[in-house]
Amino acid sequence: MARRRHASRADRIGLRAAMADRLLPFVVAAMSFLAALALAGSIAAGTLATHWLSGAQGLMTIEVGSPSAPAIAGNTSRADAVLRQMKAMPGFSDARRLSDAELSDVLKPWLGSAASGNNLPIALPAVIVVHAETGSVDAATLAKTLDKTAPGTLVDSGSRWAGRIAELTDSIRASAAAVLVIVALVAASVVAVAVRAGLAQRREAIEIIHGLGALDSDIANQFAGRAMRLAGLGGLIGGLAAPPVLAWVGHLAAGLMIAPSSATGAHSPIMALPPVLVATPLIFTIAAAVIGWIAAQVTVRGWLRQLT
Amino acid sequence: MIRFTHVGLRYGKSPGTESVALDDIDFEIPEGGFRWLTGPSGAGKTSLLKLMYLALHPSEGRIDLFGTPTSRLDRRGIALLRRRIGVVYQDFRLLQHLTAFDNVALPLRLARRKEAQVRADVTELLRWVGLSGRLDHRPDEMSGGEQQRVAIARAVIAKPSLLVADEPTGNLDDDQAERLMHLIRSLNRLGTTVIVATHNLGLVARHPAPMIELQDGRMTWHG
Ligand SMILES: Nc1ncnc2c1ncn2[C@@H]1O[C@H](COP(=O)(O)OP(=O)(O)O)[C@@H](O)[C@H]1O
Ligand SMILES: [Mg+2]
Repeated sequence: MARRRHASRADRIGLRAAMADRLLPFVVAAMSFLAALALAGSIAAGTLATHWLSGAQGLMTIEVGSPSAPAIAGNTSRADAVLRQMKAMPGFSDARRLSDAELSDVLKPWLGSAASGNNLPIALPAVIVVHAETGSVDAATLAKTLDKTAPGTLVDSGSRWAGRIAELTDSIRASAAAVLVIVALVAASVVAVAVRAGLAQRREAIEIIHGLGALDSDIANQFAGRAMRLAGLGGLIGGLAAPPVLAWVGHLAAGLMIAPSSATGAHSPIMALPPVLVATPLIFTIAAAVIGWIAAQVTVRGWLRQLT
Repeated sequence: MIRFTHVGLRYGKSPGTESVALDDIDFEIPEGGFRWLTGPSGAGKTSLLKLMYLALHPSEGRIDLFGTPTSRLDRRGIALLRRRIGVVYQDFRLLQHLTAFDNVALPLRLARRKEAQVRADVTELLRWVGLSGRLDHRPDEMSGGEQQRVAIARAVIAKPSLLVADEPTGNLDDDQAERLMHLIRSLNRLGTTVIVATHNLGLVARHPAPMIELQDGRMTWHG
């Protein structure tokens, strides 16, 4: 008969092979992947919001419908009249009409390539961006003033949607945090189930080892060590799978950057993601390993309570 | 020293279903002593031994092992005390997925002995009980007598202060039983306190020693 290998040092008490755990790394990998998505979504939303808000600070957008139609007074078009009025108005600076090319850039995410060139499918308003200095009139007052020049002109202030963006960002962050907690709990439950199956399978062996004077920690460490390695492996797989997908999502999100960046020239928030993406495999390996270790310790020690 | 003081044991928790397994058990075994534990089947021998090797806690009275009242011990203290007690179970209780070598090595590995020492001690003891050729065999590849000797070796490998054997000759023929008793008596002479439960009165007659006799959970003889 072939000589059998004796139990290894790490398997001092012969419980190593006692976990029903083949699926564990894959389930944990899926959980890690979800966690990575949630985390990246939350980070991206935060970056996006900061970016938008800094661009939007003190920025007003004026929309003049039927821009080529004659203004109420003077011999100019409605768009030119409003632009001239804004350039002259105290408390405002850098009034500028967006070119058609800029406009179609802004609209591209919504209208697709049909928005390019002069073949716009809809009649576009003129869009004038202007920098409002602190203490200047608010959007409603300005709209009322401009209404006399070109009736129906709309004024949008950055601060009006800044609040909404902040709210949106907060709720995205809260959802991401909730997803992380749920994912951690699910991962812990999966580990607990695998450990319980292992305990049931080795019940007699554990009773014998317990009877020989094994401490609860001796037995729990056997399971926790294995749970830690398997969950860590799952975290690594999920962590490695996430960055390419996130990079792609980030690339799509970059499309949303165009509007504010055309006014402020700030760079895209995709630049803020890479350090996080690079660290993802490491962070998720460690987090999953810790979750696996704790879940196994708690499960085994709880189970051992039934032994005298 | 082992001391039982007015020890009682009931099985079952709710008052209606509980049954008295042991009642007013009171005795003392001096350090290095030897006792037979006799009585018919169902008398309470296994129950008494389980109290002694800390697999059960008494419902009444107190038990002192090596001068320590067991009721004062926490889980860790109980585990550490168990390591000083070698137990030969009636049904061996070997780990089926481990070899004879690894089964016998368990107590030493729990005590975190050096692997080189584990190897030397286990090999030596298995040779002594005549299992040199069985080191790498699992229990299901061995005869009842061989498994019995592995169980004995595991019980004594860590040089326990107390050896508890529950009908250790039950699965053995007379010749094997004599060899086992020879092994147990030599350990006893080396200073291990020993208690052996049996209903084999011939064996008791061939190895005279003080006796605790049980009948329906009560002591009917001590001395
Ligand atoms: N786990 C148990 N639950 C309930 N009753 C038990 C249990 N173990 C033993 N008993 C009862 O306790 C009495 C003593 O049993 P035991 O200690 O095994 O006797 P012996 O070893 O002398 O044959 C018997 O009546 C038996 O039925
Ligand atoms: Mg019995």
